[in-house]
Formats: sequence, C-alpha cells, structure tokens
Amino acid sequence: MEVQVNGDDREFPDGSTVADVLDALGTARQGVAVALDGQVVRRASWAEVVVPDGARLEILTAVQGG
Amino acid sequence: MIDESGDHLVIDDHKLTSRLIIGTGGAANLSVLERALVASGTELTTVAMRRADTEGGSGVLDLLRRLGIRILPNTAGCRSAAEALLTAQLAREALGTDLVKLEVHADDRTLLPDPMETLDAAEQLVADGFTVLAYTNDDPVLALRLEEAGCAAVMPLGAPIGTGLGIRNPHNIELIVSRASVPIILDAGIGTASDAALAMELGCDAVLLSTAVTRAQDPERMAYAMRSAVTAGLLARQAGRIPQRFWAHASSPPR
Repeated sequence: MEVQVNGDDREFPDGSTVADVLDALGTARQGVAVALDGQVVRRASWAEVVVPDGARLEILTAVQGG
Repeated sequence: MIDESGDHLVIDDHKLTSRLIIGTGGAANLSVLERALVASGTELTTVAMRRADTEGGSGVLDLLRRLGIRILPNTAGCRSAAEALLTAQLAREALGTDLVKLEVHADDRTLLPDPMETLDAAEQLVADGFTVLAYTNDDPVLALRLEEAGCAAVMPLGAPIGTGLGIRNPHNIELIVSRASVPIILDAGIGTASDAALAMELGCDAVLLSTAVTRAQDPERMAYAMRSAVTAGLLARQAGRIPQRFWAHASSPPR
C-alpha cells in the first residue's frame, strides 16, 4: 500500500500499523507525535491503529524555534 | 534590604522565578544556545513543531531536559485556527505538556498575528484543556477578548517578530496591562536590553524573546544583559518612578 509520510509517497506492507511504519522508517519514538489524516494518534494506540492505503501520515518533533 | 525571593511569575499552575522566557530559534548551534540559556536564567523556553527526519529529534529537547528548563511548544507557521489546534495537540502528545504558545500568522512578510484565527484557536484550545499563552497584536481590545476566552497569559508584540524595533506603542502595552487579570508577557520586537527593561517598567509580568539573544554577536552576554534588564525594569516598576516634568526641578537645596 502507498502512504504519504511527511509529504513523501512511501510503500508499506498492507495492514501496517502506525508503529510498523515508524519502525520501517527508523524514526525515534521519543519526542515525536503522529497525525493520521489530520487526527492525532495517541502514543498508546500506535501498535493498534492500522494505516489505510492512501493515508496521509505526519510525524512531528520539536525543533529550535522562537 | 531588597528581597526578591518572594517574587514569582505564575501562569495557571506554573510558578516561575525567572521572568524571562527565551525562544530557541536562530541559535547558530546547540552549544551557543546552551550558554545563552544558562546566562539568561530562563525557566521556560519555546520550541517549534516540525516534520521529523528519520533520525528523529534535533537535540534541543535533550538540551532543555538536561538544563531542567520547562518546554513551551509554539504553533509558529500555522495560518489558521485548525492548523494551530492540530499542531498544539501534536505538541502535547510529543512533549507531554498542556502549555502552548499560540501563534497564528497572517502572512510571511509581517508575521503579524491573525486576530480572528488567534481568538478562534484560543477558544478551541482552552476547551481542549490547554494552558494557552496567546501571541497577539498590541491591541487592548483583543487582549481582553483573549483573556475572556480563557487564555492563561496574553502576549502582545512590541514590534513584528525578528525586527528588533522595540516597543512601538508603549501606551497600548500600558493599556493592556492596566486592565489585565492574567499575566501580560511582552513578546516579539525586543532588540536590546533597554527594550526589555521598558517592557517591565510599563508593567508587563515577563518578556519573551529569542532573536535579540540568539542572533546577537555574543548571545551569552546578551542573554545576561536581558536577564539584568528584566530584573532592573521590574524593580523600577515596583519602586515607582518620578513623574516626568517639562521644566527643571533642582535636586540641590537653594543657597
């Protein structure tokens, strides 16, 4: 299936959860948050929430900023 | 004997000894930032939320945690209430804090706050349980509206972000302060120490700045200058300044 991650199109196995996607990308877990199609996915649900084909996933973290 | 120990800035249930809030944007590197933060004495520091690269964080979080500085995520870059709400929710999830510096910019050239979107976002964020520190124009009416919406602090600008133009309308800042019952934090526009001192002399409860320190030639020294200026301005406000007069008034006795 194809998922747009932070604006880039990526391929993942069908049925991948948010946690699977983060693992596949090698994204650090600390200090990040995930929105799936504009809705926050709570950290506690990452392992259960399945990412649908064609979804938009935003993975955000804190950076230097005023 | 002057005792400053009982003097605190209280934002909702957050009690801070330092009245200087620093933004981390603009620092050349983390070691420059660290020295500036330590010199400033700040206890609350802003970060922005951006897309994570594959390595994850930028190191700024580790630095703030190591220094024991509380984190204030902002919604910089958001253009609408909806974007600000999602960014704040992501920040709460990522950082485990209900604090948010709400900023909704109208355009890239001025970076001025969009009043309608800011008020709309403030109402939604308060309803969602956030402790909202709202960045706003130096508009006394809007400041009051934001307070009525439940903001924990209202943060009028002195001048547009990054301009270093100081406090362009001191009278408006005084008007805002005179009617407020939540902390008023002068945010944006500070160029040098005298601007920060003026903010406190006008009655502000705290000052938030970043560029003035992070892009100064010597950020560490400017951070210490700002810390001193905020303290000096607060003491002068508490001391009660003399009235300004048109004609001279002799300070030595007539002979």
